[in-house]
Amino acid sequence: MSEQSFNSLKMHAEDNVVIALRNLRAGEALSVQGDSADVQVQQNISYGHKVATDFIPEGQSVVKYGEWLGIATEDIAIGHHVHTHNVRGLNEQERYAARSGEERSKI
Amino acid sequence: MKTFNGYRRKNGTIGVRNHVIVMNTTGELAGLTKKLANLVPEAVPVTHQTGQMQYPEDIQQIYRTLKGTAGHPNVSATLFIGMGQNDPAETIAEELQKQGHHVHAITVRKNKSISLALNEGRQWLAEAVKRSHLEKMEMADVTELTIGLECGGSDAWSGVTANPSIGAFSDAIVDDGGTSILAETPEAIGAEHILAKRSVSEEVSEQFLKIVDDYESRALAIGEDVRSANPSPGNITGGLTTLEEKSLGCIKKGGTAPLQEVIPYSGKPEKKGFIFMDTPGYDVESVAGMAAGGAQIVLFSTGKGSPTGSPIVPVVKIGTNPKLYKNMPEHIDVDSGKILEGTHNINDIGMEIYDLVMEVANGKLTASEKNNHQEFAIWRLAETM
Repeated sequence: MSEQSFNSLKMHAEDNVVIALRNLRAGEALSVQGDSADVQVQQNISYGHKVATDFIPEGQSVVKYGEWLGIATEDIAIGHHVHTHNVRGLNEQERYAARSGEERSKI
Repeated sequence: MKTFNGYRRKNGTIGVRNHVIVMNTTGELAGLTKKLANLVPEAVPVTHQTGQMQYPEDIQQIYRTLKGTAGHPNVSATLFIGMGQNDPAETIAEELQKQGHHVHAITVRKNKSISLALNEGRQWLAEAVKRSHLEKMEMADVTELTIGLECGGSDAWSGVTANPSIGAFSDAIVDDGGTSILAETPEAIGAEHILAKRSVSEEVSEQFLKIVDDYESRALAIGEDVRSANPSPGNITGGLTTLEEKSLGCIKKGGTAPLQEVIPYSGKPEKKGFIFMDTPGYDVESVAGMAAGGAQIVLFSTGKGSPTGSPIVPVVKIGTNPKLYKNMPEHIDVDSGKILEGTHNINDIGMEIYDLVMEVANGKLTASEKNNHQEFAIWRLAETM
């Protein structure tokens, strides 16, 4: 069995978050499977939780699996924890826009 | 082209197992059915609690499930045990016989003692088992396989490891001309727009949105709000932030192929490729529905080690994390936790699943089969009268 050489997983090329595969410490470098992101983790993050690999401005969508999982409720800096404290689910209008296949940028 | 050796049935379908089963038409006969199966080595009891005092739409759903199970390609012969005047056992048996299935019905009536019924049943089953041993196998290819996709006892890794790996498998088998069925309607709530967008036509898209809306309305009618209740506090601790994220993790089992068709619970797909079946999230009812619809094998991701199996289809367990595989090796067939250990990626596990599916189609027993886990339950929409 080869040694694990990364500590996070990106589910889709268009994602702006990755999943921590183990508990990450603030200051640690993020190594993403199949990706060369140069990101330093800014906060302690539990395994299974999400870390921002792009700056996500307030009101913009958080993308995992190449799909939007919610909207940022504040600016989220690179390397920060992305969770219920700074993300909300889609509202009805946004869901309708998503159903009809409108582009993310239009929301 | 990937191939396997299976059992060709008179209606043209091909099975990967050759079971002889005994089914009750109503719950009152479940005990008798088990007793009868115990009298004949290799006879498998398929029992349930439903069938009497149901609303018409449930009666229809129950009979469709019984018929789909009895006439399943993995089944060599079925004995139905019914009771009383209006029992459907004989009607269902006749319909299936017309399609070439080896089916028999015994109805327990006033003028027939239980011991007579047991004796008749035992003789028929013993003959059926003998007959099943003589059935020849023939080669078939992957375009004749239908694989059900299920999850149960999920954990924080389900949507990261096992479900995306199943999705990679689903895309591969659909590419090869096979069929995969995604199910569990309530678990798609929050990500329904994704599957709606992936539908091959406006009509399929509308059908999909309708079954999701209907499910949500039925839940609301009894005071349950699926949207606000999810993600659960446990999900949030595990790292899931929104309902959308949870549902996306679930529908990842369906890969990225276009949605060809939406079918009712235990309905049979008419199209090949990626299909959605309207089922509950409860794994036993969902697996039974996909099996009754003709799936010959079911893939099942689990983070907590749900032991659910099926009396007629091999259920392949895909563990989501390395700890589960270490602790419950006898319950898990594929360890997608290797993704977390860094030795494999999602596509590697998807291909490992595909290889195993072909071996299972060729007769290799799954963990749930070795453990004799044979759960069966039928989904009902309404109350019992």
